[in-house]
Amino acid sequence: MTDLSRRKLLVTGLAATAGVAGLGVAARLAQKYGLVPPDHGGIYGLGETLTYATQRLLTKHSLAREFRRDQISKRPLANEMPPLTDAFKRLQSGGFADWRLTVTGLVDRPASFSLDQLKSYPYRSQITQLACEEGWSYIAEWIGTPLLHVLDAVGVQPQARYVVYFSMDPDWWESIDMADAMHPQTFLAYGMNGSDLPVGNGGPLRLRLPRQVGYKSVKFITHLTVTDNLKKFGDGKGSASADGGYAWYAGI
Amino acid sequence: MARLESAPVPLPACVPTSASAIPAATATPRHSALVRVTHWITTLCFFALLISGFEIVISHPRFYWGETGNVLTTPLFQLPIPASRSLVQTGYNYMLPDQNGWSRYLHFQTAWIAVLTGLLYLISGLFTGHFRKDLLPAKAHLSWRALSATIASHVRFARPGEAEAWSYNPLQRLSYLFVIFVLFPLVIWSGLAMSLAFVSAFPATVTLLGGEQSARTIHFFVSLAMLLFVLVHVVMICVAGFKRRMRAMITGAVTTRKEERP
Repeated sequence: MTDLSRRKLLVTGLAATAGVAGLGVAARLAQKYGLVPPDHGGIYGLGETLTYATQRLLTKHSLAREFRRDQISKRPLANEMPPLTDAFKRLQSGGFADWRLTVTGLVDRPASFSLDQLKSYPYRSQITQLACEEGWSYIAEWIGTPLLHVLDAVGVQPQARYVVYFSMDPDWWESIDMADAMHPQTFLAYGMNGSDLPVGNGGPLRLRLPRQVGYKSVKFITHLTVTDNLKKFGDGKGSASADGGYAWYAGI
Repeated sequence: MARLESAPVPLPACVPTSASAIPAATATPRHSALVRVTHWITTLCFFALLISGFEIVISHPRFYWGETGNVLTTPLFQLPIPASRSLVQTGYNYMLPDQNGWSRYLHFQTAWIAVLTGLLYLISGLFTGHFRKDLLPAKAHLSWRALSATIASHVRFARPGEAEAWSYNPLQRLSYLFVIFVLFPLVIWSGLAMSLAFVSAFPATVTLLGGEQSARTIHFFVSLAMLLFVLVHVVMICVAGFKRRMRAMITGAVTTRKEERP
């Protein structure tokens, strides 16, 4: 073995050791600072973790783009209506007066809200884009109360890490981390373009998350729960979409 | 040009002269190890991105310009293929299987590997002078006469001379530079412009391209340009001698034609 190749071997060995040690430290730090997504297992875990961690570091507080009123899409596309259940139709015929959003989990005062109660909270509107992971999109004015007002009202406990939210459609539930839950543009939306939110677009109540693609903005939500551990829900990957092979974090 | 032929490298005095096989191993490789490794990682990434990108596109094979677009708006164009989702009217009475889940996972993971590999190549290329020495064409080769002569020989599919076993011709240099410094940056840029979260922090990424749907359309066309490059690249390698060029990019060794066909 020549001097040159010995040196090469030594340098390569040292670099490899440093690399492995570095990865170990990085993994521990990422876990500590909440940069590891719940669907980090499996062959795509590396890419998902890199994406989620980078987005958390770069975009934790950034605001989704808002548009001018004249940019609002003429017709907001109401896509793929799930078959409405009888229970939904009963509530619909009563003008959703009996619609309830229950809030449970790591909160001081679990509660149940009617739409009127939610409408009595401070309301905001945002003209943002809804983009589907399929590739299409539309812009609408979304009206609702920021989720953080409701979370403040029930008193989130300090160990909370995620908010899990459920649709009346039993196959659709999602979760977000506290950064997204407390984000000022994360809405419980009940209105669109100046009127009530149409059923086709998720009415009477949709969780609107403009910095992630459409499947995270769950339609017809009836229940949300605050938790420190997503393992208890479904297959433990954080959402129905992740259980079904779609990324839990959908900011891209 | 100092290295027109694979002249044997002078041996150090301690090496026994009888060991005639050694020069091949110690001779300067045609492509550095870093270029070879990053080339093949990028190749794998390209095909993973191509397949997953195609799977994502078939869920909505319509393209738009501007900020928004959906089945209620007029498309720029629609690909004449069946779709994997029911929203788009394609004219076909069947749907392809929906593959968006793993395709999106694979697309983004591969994009990470491709970008990191590209960065490694870029930094080392600047450091070692790879771009200046191997890719920047000499001024004399950029005249119309010289370029048209090169283009003419490409159009005739003429087998390149021995000098090209060791050095890229001007047309090759220009197209590689275009892929590295125009197509790659554009495809990364237009890809990031489609990320709702990324553009929330860096809105100019998407506004400079004319909107999210414009970014998607640009991403599609840049991918097509890259596919075209890969196809021409492979054809040219076949013209130049598939085995020799592959050997040069895998092991780094260059054999002359006489050695290959005794």
